[in-house]
Amino acid sequence: MPRVVLSGNEAVAVGVKLSRVNVVAAYPITPQTTIVEKIADYVEQGELKARFINVESEHSAMAACIGAAAGGARCFTATSSQGLLYMGEMVYWAGGARLPIVMAVVNRALAPPWSIWCDHNDALSLRDAGWIQMWAESVQEVLDMMVLAYKVAENERVLLPVMVNLDGFLLSHAYEPVEVPTQETVDLFLPEKRPAPYWIDVVDPKSYGTIASPDTYMEFRFKLQAAMDEAARVIEEVDAEWSRMTGRSYGGLLELYKCEDAEVGLVVVGSWAGDAKEAIDRLREKGVRAGVIRLRVTRPFPSRSLASVAESMDAVAVVDRSLSPGLPSVLLSEVRNALYDNGKKPYVKGFIAGLGGRDVTPLDFEAAVESTLKAKEDGGSRVEWLGLKGGRDVC
Amino acid sequence: MQYHEVCFFARGGQGAVVAARLLVHAVSLEGLWGQAFPLFGGERRGAPVYSFARISDKPVRVRSQIREPDALIVFDRALLSALTFKVKKGGFVLANSPSKPSVESADRVYWVDATAIAKRNGLVVAGWPVVNTAMLGALTKVWSLVSLSSLKRSILDAWTGKLGEVNAKAAEEAYNEVMTGE
Repeated sequence: MPRVVLSGNEAVAVGVKLSRVNVVAAYPITPQTTIVEKIADYVEQGELKARFINVESEHSAMAACIGAAAGGARCFTATSSQGLLYMGEMVYWAGGARLPIVMAVVNRALAPPWSIWCDHNDALSLRDAGWIQMWAESVQEVLDMMVLAYKVAENERVLLPVMVNLDGFLLSHAYEPVEVPTQETVDLFLPEKRPAPYWIDVVDPKSYGTIASPDTYMEFRFKLQAAMDEAARVIEEVDAEWSRMTGRSYGGLLELYKCEDAEVGLVVVGSWAGDAKEAIDRLREKGVRAGVIRLRVTRPFPSRSLASVAESMDAVAVVDRSLSPGLPSVLLSEVRNALYDNGKKPYVKGFIAGLGGRDVTPLDFEAAVESTLKAKEDGGSRVEWLGLKGGRDVC
Repeated sequence: MQYHEVCFFARGGQGAVVAARLLVHAVSLEGLWGQAFPLFGGERRGAPVYSFARISDKPVRVRSQIREPDALIVFDRALLSALTFKVKKGGFVLANSPSKPSVESADRVYWVDATAIAKRNGLVVAGWPVVNTAMLGALTKVWSLVSLSSLKRSILDAWTGKLGEVNAKAAEEAYNEVMTGE
């Protein structure tokens, strides 16, 4: 199939078009803006038959999607950073109301100080909102993930919104040759949206958004958790189905690179997985049996699969592009939590890196793996800041 | 394995970001893989800007910054004194300049008067000659990695009608006029 050169943001727009989305509501913010500009263009040219709603804020963008999704429409929005935080209240609403909205989040650091560059704190700040969170590595994966996201979200066993995360600039503004699936392929894979029993129907009116007293609220939350558990299975099934149709499989919840015989694993999320893989190849040339575990999905967190892969490893380095001040690493804590209950667990060391778009190279990933192996032997620090000026350990 | 890194150094408005994308499209037409990306910062019309491309016979997975490119393409010779990049050993500099520029950091230096080519083809936006397609045309002459015909195809895919034609013409003229100093 011939390849076309697309940026990550263009790939999101193409994914929205191929998914025949009905309603798009969005507000501009760097580095997301070119996604909705492209979609507005598709709608204007008649290439996408959708209602494009210009709103005055991200909060309203999600509110519009919630209303439209409750009426049975397939909805899309996109945002970044401050825009996502401003949207926050409605993000929780969409998750709790079980509305299968798909949102692209072009990951960007949070202010202050102002930064337009990539890190993962924006999306991770909403990790408990009841949204599935997926993370892409390449422009091709961004495109495929958009279509897969709708398929997972609308599955009757799931009915949850999905956040498709792509790294600001590193993916959003990077151009790569991409295979674009045909409309026929996507139509077969993703049929028209079927109404769920609770969607607004004027001939069968119900009351929405009412209060749940203490004797019912917990059951709603329990069902949300059960849907997340089910989503983990559905994501694997959908990945397999996409693979049968296009030849492209990403491994479902985890992508494993050279992990079969690995003694040490490098756990990462997002586009720098490619730099991590490069580092693994160099380490293997030096005789270090290392592999990459890329988390493609962080909600539902792939605890079981992660524990089973890490079981045979002596050590794991977790390189996190976010900070939870006082913890200090979101990903490190979640990985450790996943491994804790397993009988055999590796030594785990965490690294904070790449905040606010700081460049992280294969050499840095190599250093992280070597530092982990060394800390395991000599009991060094369990958390380290990579590339910090002065190179100071923090715990 | 083939693997090459390219850095475009230009002023905002000269088309360096589009140049990187056109180059990746051109190499992908020849069955190669690539990745084009800008260095975002305080980019404004006239301010120094960088954009980059990686070219390989396999999908490109590395996304960290390029520090030592094989090819450095400078759209304004006044920027040569502001270079923060050195080219890799064996690499080259291609500059937009009417005469041989003085570059100490590279063994091979090529030059082409892309500003004159852009002006004579009417490629001027808001008073700025847009030299990107001419610089790419010159590149295809001095670098065997990509052919002029794939570049022209890439240009014609990017712009339909007259705009595509004049850009393709600018690329071809630069291909013929680039100076190698030999």
